[in-house]
Amino acid sequence: MRIRQNRAEILTNAKICGKYHKLIIKDAKISRNSRPGQFLMLKVGDSQGPLLRRPLSIHRVDKEKIEMLYERIGPGTEILAQRKAGEFLDVIGPLGNGFTLPPESRESEAVLLAGGMGVAPLVFWAQRLVAGKRKSAGDRIQVFIGARTKEQILCEKEFKKLGCDVKIATDDGSAGFFGRVTGLLEAALQTMDCQRIIVYACGPQPMLRELVRICRKKLISSQVSLEEHMACGIGACLGCVVNTIDGYKRVCKEGPVFEAKKLIY
Amino acid sequence: MTPDLKIKIGRTHFKNPVMVASGTFGYAEEFADLLDLKKLGAIVSKTITVKPRQGNIPPRTCETPAGLINSIGLENPGIDGFIENKLPVLKKFGPPIIVSIASEGDPGEFVILAKRLDKLSAVTALEINISCPNVKDAGKNLKTKLISQDPKATYAVVKAVRRVTGKTLITKLSPNVTDIVEIAQAAQDAGSDALALINTVQGMAIDIKTRQPKIAMVVGGLSGPAIRPIALRMVWEVYRKVGIPIIGMGGIADTESALEFFIAGASAISVGTQNFIDPGVSVKIVSGISKYLQKNKINSLKKLVGTLECKI
Repeated sequence: MRIRQNRAEILTNAKICGKYHKLIIKDAKISRNSRPGQFLMLKVGDSQGPLLRRPLSIHRVDKEKIEMLYERIGPGTEILAQRKAGEFLDVIGPLGNGFTLPPESRESEAVLLAGGMGVAPLVFWAQRLVAGKRKSAGDRIQVFIGARTKEQILCEKEFKKLGCDVKIATDDGSAGFFGRVTGLLEAALQTMDCQRIIVYACGPQPMLRELVRICRKKLISSQVSLEEHMACGIGACLGCVVNTIDGYKRVCKEGPVFEAKKLIY
Repeated sequence: MTPDLKIKIGRTHFKNPVMVASGTFGYAEEFADLLDLKKLGAIVSKTITVKPRQGNIPPRTCETPAGLINSIGLENPGIDGFIENKLPVLKKFGPPIIVSIASEGDPGEFVILAKRLDKLSAVTALEINISCPNVKDAGKNLKTKLISQDPKATYAVVKAVRRVTGKTLITKLSPNVTDIVEIAQAAQDAGSDALALINTVQGMAIDIKTRQPKIAMVVGGLSGPAIRPIALRMVWEVYRKVGIPIIGMGGIADTESALEFFIAGASAISVGTQNFIDPGVSVKIVSGISKYLQKNKINSLKKLVGTLECKI
């Protein structure tokens, strides 16, 4: 699919809670071609910096609107948070490969595992999974959301609206399971048929590493969306590689979604 | 009247003097959707070695004030993979193709690469990369890490490549030296048609929370606007003492910064890191140069080269 560079109007750029923000931009062409798991490169700064673009995962699309979630974690996202509706952002996208439905997915159940901001692409993916599936009883998408605290749980409502079965874990025990979301998943797996599920995951690196370990142990099929510092985002600089059984692969180009079993992680 | 932007380096004619720097433009296909590649003066490939290289361990890049440190480590498919898979695509884009080549410790590899590429009509020129800070390209007998840090070794490699190819030769030099003029002269004496100045400046950055280096190899090559004054100074120093054309590079981000290099003495320029931020910047610079020349009533870019007016 063609990659485009456009100046896109900001429709909304607002705080959701704490350091989490939602950005909505308008770009019909990029929106139309976006798939869950893909990302955009945003030029957040001016000549004063930061120098490089920032990658943001696509959270949802609706006609010409593209939604993204981000956390203020450094100078780039701090500057992005200052940008106002009505201003324009230079964006490149859609980039990378998203989540895919494996051929055997008709008989399988989808399990979504999200940590923190990791919910962003998984809402988009859940929409597609729901839209693509014929309604059959007992075939609900299971979603596991992990957050630091109750206040930082993102998108619980969105998943529920889609008819997903949502389970929560918090690091401080303020809501749901007290502990890591991978712990909650591992407990739930006891009663699931591991051969029939596919786990789609996005979140912080320790969570993904733990998931890769679990999936390897239980022979579960899994796709994980990785995050890396990127210079170009289009596969040119070879800066964002991850090690796989087929050698180094670019997170921005062959990824950001990889099959867990291929990662040397 | 449209100003004349044509330049000649070695035996090669270029329709304009704006190139894209090796390692910052992949094999051009990555950029095909984002700019009109035909409009580039030349495309310089990612550096190719004899054998495929998987490159250095990640993390490989980090952003610094107005700069980017990288330690990719010359990841490339090797000369066979390049000729088979990359070159056929590259040559379709139109501009002259300059292939960047490097050795992995045995300078004799430059000769092997030059011989292979010499036979290919799709290849216009070779860029001898003896200045990548992320590999040790010098032989065991050399005290320096890089060939381009030693004038005799520079001379030997350029001379050896010159013997086996009639293609235009560009030697890319490192700024990580005490006196770049001495190295530039050695390259010229050995028969290099031009010089590419500069490769990245060695640098590092540290994560104070983990006390780990921000890139796995600890030291990498700094690029971007942060190094522009260093690059410009080196172009000027070399221009005053060395006769062969200079392709200036290092932090060029727009028309203004490109013009600085021509005034300092560069005959052509390359855009590097800025390709990552603004993929179409090189094409904008081509038209920006044209406008500047028109406005200043200069009918040929050649007349701008080395016109620095200084009191010393």
